[in-house]
Amino acid sequence: MTARQRLWFFAIAAAGLVACLLWAFTGLPGFGNYPGPYGQEILRQAVAQTHATGVVSAINFEYRGFDTVGEEFILFTAAAGMSVVLRRLRKERQTEPVDEAKTRTIPATSSAVRIAALLLVGPTAVLGWWLASHAQTSPSGGFQGGVILASAFILIYLAGEFLTFRRLSPVALLDAVEAAGAGGFVAIGLAAIAMNLPFLDNYLPLGQYPGAISSSGTIALISFFVGIEVAAAFTAIIGELLEQTLLRSA
Amino acid sequence: MDQLYALSVTVPLVAAAALLATRPLFARHRRVLDLVAAGVSAAVAVMLGFLVFRTSGADSTYWFAGFRPSGGIVIGIDFEAGPLSAGLACLGAVLMTASMVFSWRYFPRAGGYFHVLMLTFLAGMTGFCLTGDVFDLFVWFELMGVSAYALTAYRPEERGPIQGALNFAITNSVGAYLSLTGIALIYGRTGALNMAQIAAYVSHHPPSGLIVIAFLLIITGLLVKGAIVPFHFWLADAHAVAPTPVCVLFSGVMVELGLYGIARMYWSVFGTGLGHRAAISHLFLALGLLTAVVGALFCFRERHVKRLLAFSTISHAGMFLAGFALLTPLGLAGAALYVTGHAFVKAALFLAVGIVLHRLRSVNETWLHGRGRRLPVTGVIFTVAAFGLADLPPFGTFLGKGWIEDSAAAPWLTAIFIACGVLVGGAVLRVAGGVFYGLGDPPGEDPQMAAEANEETGETDEGRQRTPLSMLIPAAALAALGLAAGVAAMAPKIAAGIEAAAARFQDQPAYIATVLTSAHVTRVAPPYPVAPADVTVGSVVTALCSVLGAAALALAALYWRRLPLLRRGYEPGAGLTVPIRRFQSGIINDYITWLVAGVATLGGVLALVIR
Amino acid sequence: MGIVPFLVVAWIIVAGLYGIVTSRDLIHTIVCLIVVQSSTYVLLLGVGYVTGGAAPYFWDIPVGTRAVDPVVQALALTDVVVEAAVTALLLAFAVQAQKRFGTLDPSQLAEFKG
Repeated sequence: MTARQRLWFFAIAAAGLVACLLWAFTGLPGFGNYPGPYGQEILRQAVAQTHATGVVSAINFEYRGFDTVGEEFILFTAAAGMSVVLRRLRKERQTEPVDEAKTRTIPATSSAVRIAALLLVGPTAVLGWWLASHAQTSPSGGFQGGVILASAFILIYLAGEFLTFRRLSPVALLDAVEAAGAGGFVAIGLAAIAMNLPFLDNYLPLGQYPGAISSSGTIALISFFVGIEVAAAFTAIIGELLEQTLLRSA
Repeated sequence: MDQLYALSVTVPLVAAAALLATRPLFARHRRVLDLVAAGVSAAVAVMLGFLVFRTSGADSTYWFAGFRPSGGIVIGIDFEAGPLSAGLACLGAVLMTASMVFSWRYFPRAGGYFHVLMLTFLAGMTGFCLTGDVFDLFVWFELMGVSAYALTAYRPEERGPIQGALNFAITNSVGAYLSLTGIALIYGRTGALNMAQIAAYVSHHPPSGLIVIAFLLIITGLLVKGAIVPFHFWLADAHAVAPTPVCVLFSGVMVELGLYGIARMYWSVFGTGLGHRAAISHLFLALGLLTAVVGALFCFRERHVKRLLAFSTISHAGMFLAGFALLTPLGLAGAALYVTGHAFVKAALFLAVGIVLHRLRSVNETWLHGRGRRLPVTGVIFTVAAFGLADLPPFGTFLGKGWIEDSAAAPWLTAIFIACGVLVGGAVLRVAGGVFYGLGDPPGEDPQMAAEANEETGETDEGRQRTPLSMLIPAAALAALGLAAGVAAMAPKIAAGIEAAAARFQDQPAYIATVLTSAHVTRVAPPYPVAPADVTVGSVVTALCSVLGAAALALAALYWRRLPLLRRGYEPGAGLTVPIRRFQSGIINDYITWLVAGVATLGGVLALVIR
Repeated sequence: MGIVPFLVVAWIIVAGLYGIVTSRDLIHTIVCLIVVQSSTYVLLLGVGYVTGGAAPYFWDIPVGTRAVDPVVQALALTDVVVEAAVTALLLAFAVQAQKRFGTLDPSQLAEFKG
């Protein structure tokens, strides 16, 4: 189809799609009137059952923990897939970064950026760790904390030190940490099977009262594993993409 | 034994994690990785086989983290399986094992990641088949998808895999996000994510616009995966370029999983609520037959052997959907058996092509003409599997198709099936005769197709002088299994068992009872009467017609230049297919336009039918 | 206010799909795919909203307070991670497409057609 034909065809089709969607929306209970039994039931039981005051984390790691296993592995597979697709091919060599504009040299990273980035690495890592360890009581958790931990590594690259960034996070190490995170999550569930409980049953002590730091049994532990997996996966993903800027066909 | 549900998904996941963590250690010892991956796949196949037997009397449910439903409200996630679901997952695991054995010699350079990706693909497939929760279905669908995209692009040094992977990924992702929209809609109305709980709500309320459109959106992603027209364009691009062991899984199981998802959504969730059985049956029948015809036409024109097989998968996917669309137990049982038989013979065909690629470094049918005579054993396997694909009795494909035709009892359906079978079988037999036996003349060279086919320079590196046993044995075994499936299903007890499983799959009240109240339901009340699943004379006759027609078409395609009448050099049939070939443009913008048009059209039809 | 969030959902879906269909650059296509995905977040959070409800975190409010639906928030979280993973992989494909084809224009990327 030519671009014009495609546009007209799409316009008609999109009108039809919007009509279908609007027809469907008339059946919804209206914004603000969520009736549903699922959410209400969980709100009733969650805190008492799991001793976690963060109900969303309780759902993510306990009630619907099996979904989270799948999602973990989607991220794991994407990182592994990127290592396959972006691997260094036989005819490519790693070179010094080259500026595409031939008339100038690459400017050095400004000292202000360099210092600011390096100073921020520590606090960012601490922030990420703090967030990852408070899954059961706050709106944070493994995923959120893990992403911030990954950005701590990427700050090193921003400080102009790509090679240091690469040396601190070699592919093999990142792969191992990622695998430990994802595999650890599944292993916690398999340990439940070994104890003749259903997969991902919460078998650790629940803590004295809801909201304590060491409460909620397996939720906090799973959140830790998810945190390291997400941090390693995102660092690997960004690292792979950045490395492409250095590869040139020989 | 219930723990097998959880183990069948988590064992491949934990094995994938372990293989990734220890990859650098095994860089020199690739055999270890191969053994682990093949062993895990075989173990999963065995586990799922147990589940098939265990659920042959009644379905069973497994609740994760022990959260059982109370008062009809489900708060956890469950796996619910019967013989059809567990059987499809088992088929996937068996094909995966054969692929891992076949790929013993593959990918010497990018070691290790292949096994990780294949194992997560296996876990995704198994979870998809067994789950009883719509959001969980979406999660496993995406895991299958991400693994598949990465596996398609496994050789990024060529252009074809990149195009294939991009078109595959973008189309399937749009489909998946539309499915998620449907899931959000149905959650907004029913407050439930569990299939049985949604079914309980939907079957007690008249079908509103929301329920109809939610059903349509949820099956959009599944229609894309199942390569139904007009959502099918990505399949030819992806299957033509993926590594051969991966193509085996794509054509053998992944496409069928999309169709299984549609069947599951219809029967277990929305069926009773939507009503209007005849209209819905006709709608899906039309889609299925259209897909079958389009796939068959494109298949016959192809000269790139893997792309030819990919189009034949599209054609068969249409026929499977038609079998489901009959909405009877015999139709569904026929589709299930057809899927099984097709999976085995198609896998054998792909593996044989993989051997040709390994030894002869080409998939261009024109160039390969006669050169396959050096590979006699492969030629036999390919020819036998080609006859299996053409529905020769007693292959599983013949019997499955026979049951579908018996259930429809409509001569025009049988005629369309025969026509598609002749075209597809003729194309594959033409390849078999031309490449492996040098019959007739090479098919006409199309410069466009020649360029595409010559891009493929081979997937393996070492030892091209002999065909290794690790490649021959899986191919032969799969062809034999295709035959065995048909022979086994002729036994009355097994045939009755398959049909009873299909009837149970279609029984929605039994499904709701099994999940929500843990009932052990052994008697079924399917919506249509259970017809006997026999080998009828009619089906044997139609199958033989189909096979003879295919063989005749293949011979005609190979020898037409020598016939006195047609010596003008004008290839018959070329004029017919050139106009429709333009639709397969390879451009992602076109594919998405067709996708949106397809959704809008189906929405319009459903709106008119269901008021 | 009742219907506005859902109108926004329909608008975002169509805008994203329009972007993909008229795109002349793969990166643009991938970002439009993210836009289509974002519509599902709005829809999920929209169907779960309870007027006057608090966030479902009971650290400082008593259990039993009227709260919004926590399940859709968990689903949206899962969704975000899935989308990030798929986008990362698609961007890797785009990088390789630039290297193999020399262009990111989807209409030039048709190695196989017909």
